[in-house]
Amino acid sequence: MAPPRRALLALAALLSLSLAAAAFQSDELLLNDDDEFEGVGARPSAPSPPAAPAVSSSRRRSADAPLPGAGESNAVQFTLEHDLGGGKGFVPAGTFSARLKTFAHGTQTLTKLRFTRNDLTEDDKVAFKKLLQEDGFYTIRLPSNVLDTTKKHNVVSSIKARCIPRDSLDEHIVIHMDGVNILAVNYGSVGGCQYPRPMKLPSKWTFSSYTILKTAEQAPRTPSFADQLIEADNGLGEVMKPPEKSFWAKYWMYIIPLGLIVMNAVTAAANIPEEAAGQGQPGAERAPAAAAGRRR
Amino acid sequence: MAAPPRRSLLVLFAGLLVFASLATRATAIYEDQVGLADWHQKYIGKVKQAVYHSQKSGRRRVVVLTEENVISSLDLRSGDIFWRHVIDKNDPLDQLSLSHGKYVLTLSSGGTILRAWNLPDGQMIWETNLRTSAASNPQLHVMSNNKVAKDNLVLVSAGRWIYAVSSIDGAISWEKEFSIDGLEIKRILQSPENDVVYALGLAGSSKLALYHLSAKTGEILKDIQESLPGGLCGETVLGCDNVLVALDKARSSLLLIELKGERISYNKVLVSDLVQDLSGSFKLQSLSNGVISLQTSSSISLLKLKGTDGLEVIQRFDQPAAVSDSLTITEKGEAFAVVQHLGSEIEFIVKFTSDLSSEIIREKVNIDQNRGNVEKVFLNSYIRTDKSHGFRALVVMEDHSLLLIQQGEVVWSREDGLASIVDVTTSELPVEKDGVSVADVEHNLFEWLKGHMLKLKGTLMLANADEVAAIQALRLKSSEKNKMTRDHNGFRKLLVVLTKAGKVMALHTGDGRVIWSNLLPSLRASRFGGTPSALRIYQWQVPHNIVMRENPSVLVVGKSGAESSTPGVFSILDSYSGEELNSMKLDHSVVQIIPLTLKDSSEQRVHLIVDSNSNAHLYPKSPDALNVFLHEMSNLYFYSVDIQANVIKGYSLQKSCGLNLGDEYCFSTKELWSIIFPSDSERIAISETRKMNEVVHTQAKIIGDHDVMYKYLSKNLVFVATLSPKAAGDIGSALPEEASLVAYLIDAVTGRILHRVTHHGAQGPVHAVLSENWVVYHYFNLRAHRFEMAVIEIYDQSRADNKDVMKLVLGKHNLSAPITSYARPEVAVKSQSFFFTHSVKAMAVTQTAKGITSKQLLIGTIGDQVLALDKRYLDPRRSVNPTQQEKEEGIIPLTDSLPIIPQSFVTHSHQVEALRGIVSIPSKLESTTLVFTYGVDLFYTQLAPSRTYDSLTDEFSYALLLITIAVLVGAIIVTWIWSEKKELRDKWR
Repeated sequence: MAPPRRALLALAALLSLSLAAAAFQSDELLLNDDDEFEGVGARPSAPSPPAAPAVSSSRRRSADAPLPGAGESNAVQFTLEHDLGGGKGFVPAGTFSARLKTFAHGTQTLTKLRFTRNDLTEDDKVAFKKLLQEDGFYTIRLPSNVLDTTKKHNVVSSIKARCIPRDSLDEHIVIHMDGVNILAVNYGSVGGCQYPRPMKLPSKWTFSSYTILKTAEQAPRTPSFADQLIEADNGLGEVMKPPEKSFWAKYWMYIIPLGLIVMNAVTAAANIPEEAAGQGQPGAERAPAAAAGRRR
Repeated sequence: MAAPPRRSLLVLFAGLLVFASLATRATAIYEDQVGLADWHQKYIGKVKQAVYHSQKSGRRRVVVLTEENVISSLDLRSGDIFWRHVIDKNDPLDQLSLSHGKYVLTLSSGGTILRAWNLPDGQMIWETNLRTSAASNPQLHVMSNNKVAKDNLVLVSAGRWIYAVSSIDGAISWEKEFSIDGLEIKRILQSPENDVVYALGLAGSSKLALYHLSAKTGEILKDIQESLPGGLCGETVLGCDNVLVALDKARSSLLLIELKGERISYNKVLVSDLVQDLSGSFKLQSLSNGVISLQTSSSISLLKLKGTDGLEVIQRFDQPAAVSDSLTITEKGEAFAVVQHLGSEIEFIVKFTSDLSSEIIREKVNIDQNRGNVEKVFLNSYIRTDKSHGFRALVVMEDHSLLLIQQGEVVWSREDGLASIVDVTTSELPVEKDGVSVADVEHNLFEWLKGHMLKLKGTLMLANADEVAAIQALRLKSSEKNKMTRDHNGFRKLLVVLTKAGKVMALHTGDGRVIWSNLLPSLRASRFGGTPSALRIYQWQVPHNIVMRENPSVLVVGKSGAESSTPGVFSILDSYSGEELNSMKLDHSVVQIIPLTLKDSSEQRVHLIVDSNSNAHLYPKSPDALNVFLHEMSNLYFYSVDIQANVIKGYSLQKSCGLNLGDEYCFSTKELWSIIFPSDSERIAISETRKMNEVVHTQAKIIGDHDVMYKYLSKNLVFVATLSPKAAGDIGSALPEEASLVAYLIDAVTGRILHRVTHHGAQGPVHAVLSENWVVYHYFNLRAHRFEMAVIEIYDQSRADNKDVMKLVLGKHNLSAPITSYARPEVAVKSQSFFFTHSVKAMAVTQTAKGITSKQLLIGTIGDQVLALDKRYLDPRRSVNPTQQEKEEGIIPLTDSLPIIPQSFVTHSHQVEALRGIVSIPSKLESTTLVFTYGVDLFYTQLAPSRTYDSLTDEFSYALLLITIAVLVGAIIVTWIWSEKKELRDKWR
């Protein structure tokens, strides 16, 4: 059962790898559809579509396994904690909930991540204002393992508080995952953060959050040309040569200056006879006058 | 009218000629250019064992074993290397011996590999693998005058094993494993009749075992075991034939153990009765004939055994001193040497063990103060012209240098500290001025006259071979490249190197000679414990305009002990003279040193030192530096990579550190971000950043179709590679399915992971280099069974729309907008991987003054050579069939492996043995970079990655140019006369 699926996965990965160049920009697209606060990883590393049958089977399996933290069978929850400075330390600020998907070969990933922010209390608002005034750091943290939150290892991320407020408090959270481990969380504002940072209070004291889950991309295989070399030897791998450019297309940059020089020379050459003619002209003018005089 | 076109034609012709003479430059250097701009120096490292050739062998040689794992044969007359082998670090050499007078035997890897080398040429004769558990202190004993077998047997003991190996072919004649658990054979002896071998072992701390073995078969003839109350600490020496002197576990008393007949009897002597000051550790050394030297941290005492009754102090040396092993002189007995310091001199004393009161030789030798104390002495004797015995000794000094002293003089010296360079920086030479010179080259009249006479002889072809060599040397000395002043092109510099011994040396880039050296007192091993270690060297002050008069200086940072929490030491040296300007002992530890780009008013560079409590300390401690620093503090961030905890953390600085509020130069840190790698699947293998001094000329890259790509040029970019735990081992230890490498590009200010890519089936070791907007890393691909090099280039997409010229003209572009790391970067990444033939020891990239010249990767290959590989080969935009436009841009068609062009080896025929590091230093000339490579050897060369486009090469034919100009002028005159004549003729017509 496993080998063909793995092959399928590899195929899917290969297929998606052919899109590797476009893949990175896919994050940006996901950014915009923000009605659902959920995101999946970059395309090449998300082998979910071909592995769809595996999910149903694994769901049963993961249901058997006791999961901490949540009453639901394969849903996990973990909290986001923030530090508003002032020495208060980290306090819970929001909850992530996600579905845990277990693959046949035992690896687990998170999907359907949802994030709910707790509302800011008045104290929090005061603390946040103070943070804005000081140009201090707003720090958040997440547990480093979503299943085993007892380990007390936390990944931390900070931003200058003044980067966050726009109309509301806009935040952009990128969670880098490796299976069920959170490697790092990147916390930032949605837009840019200009420098120097002006002091600005938000008009709405609510967070609008955008979250993205990211997993590692797979490196493409190193190309190997052994087959192509053999092909080339057989004369099959003849490369299509690009159509030969016209003479003009190739050498216009030389021809135009040359033409200019030639034209210049021609005009210069034309001027000389003109000058010579100019010297002759008064005489010529005079001559008719004289002739006219004679006529008179 | 006819003259001008002809003239222009001539100009064109001349121009072509000039161009042709320029175009005949080669990509690689020619054979006769070797050594013009490069130099190579061979070293061996700190000598730990030395054996001399026997009297009979014709040439005087010594074979040495060093701490850099080198075995080498040196000429005793000159100190030159006859042959040398650098053994891999995984196979540490333990013991060295001579056999038969024609083989060098080495025992390595904890007594598991025994090799024999041919003495004259160093070829390996045989190698035998011994099946033992690798022991910490294996013993090698060559049996002398063995009449049992035809050849000499070599006895190897390691742990509880003894092997007897034939020295002719390395065949094992017998082996013996003793049954006692935890037994370690300490000493092997042979009976005078050569048929019995005694093996003395220690099991645990208290059980002593003595075995009598048959030399022929290895069977146990007798077996004596004895438990000693109190225990032993393991240090034992053989006082005389049957008395063993051992230190007890409390290190307070000596046990005199008599091994007579059937049983072992012992006697206890308190060390404090013999030596008064018992601080630190002490060491025993046997000098045969019942003479033992006891070395404490402050003195050396010579003790004489009085049977088993006790010990008697005969002589005591309170100055730093060293004692040699005893040397058997025919019929007269055995001699040993003591070398002790007396002020600026050392005293070389030779004595016979039979008569300790008299001295055969007492000579005073003047030595350089910068060599520190004597650490080891190896005595050798020779027959003088008057048939008496003469003595000479190899002396190993504290700075790892090796001296030969004979007849009260230093015959030769080797600066072998340079084999263990820790860090390198550079310094400019002084500007040329009258009367200013760093090391005054003596230029007296006589020398000058002599030089001219020699040169005259040379030109008249009267000089003999020696004189020709002398002329050559003179030319080299006076030639441009060896001057002690700054040159226009910036080729002449001082390479300031820090060695493991704590010595700072300045090498001239012209010929690699040592300009000055200074053994830093703060980094010298104190006599009361604590072994300081040198960490890094930085430029401290580089005067430019404000303090032009002052000399530049360098900063050396070290720590005073092995643990990470020991306080650091700090030393500032003048770059021109090596004088120590300032030295201080820090009151905190040194974990991370961050040189900042800031300077105070006296142009001292501001450095931050992070201690083990994550507090940052500012240096120099001046109010001026503090002002400069506080102004920039809110924009300063730093990060730390903790390989043990598998975590990368980023910090910002906060005012005043917690512990002592009074210290305004101390700052606490706040953790801003962290990346925690899951330890079960990833371990940090390497982290790499851009060089601080790197200059990038252009932020945009114009590609073939006249499109522009903006490089993501962030100084905060960090490359981190992690390996799956199994992939960190040797190649072959993991299956492709288990091994993977993950490459990360991280912004060090925000901790943002900009790019993350997994290479499945990849295995370490990983080497990486980060420069401009790209990173190149090297690893092993288990699936393809080949090494690979991958490149990642990172481009800034947020500026991608700055292509409109109108926008640029109207200023509606964001090129000059301030960039902050807190803005979410839009980056595009291009990557590609290629196969590479070699495994790699070190990687670097060429650095030039303005960053215009194209880059070359400098790859230290497994063959200890440096390969210069054009970065163009590692371009992710290479494709199989590049379009015409791409070809014009210079994109090379894609191949699966990177080419290794034999001419592109920077080191040409040389090998930089045990290569460890490659440093590229920009010169003032944009096209040229200086490359310094160090390992056990040193190699320096100049490199022009895009050829020397901004200067004429040395081979430029000035004569041809002059002839061309002369011809041209002649032609102009001739044509002018012609045209004048023609005009005249026309006018007369």
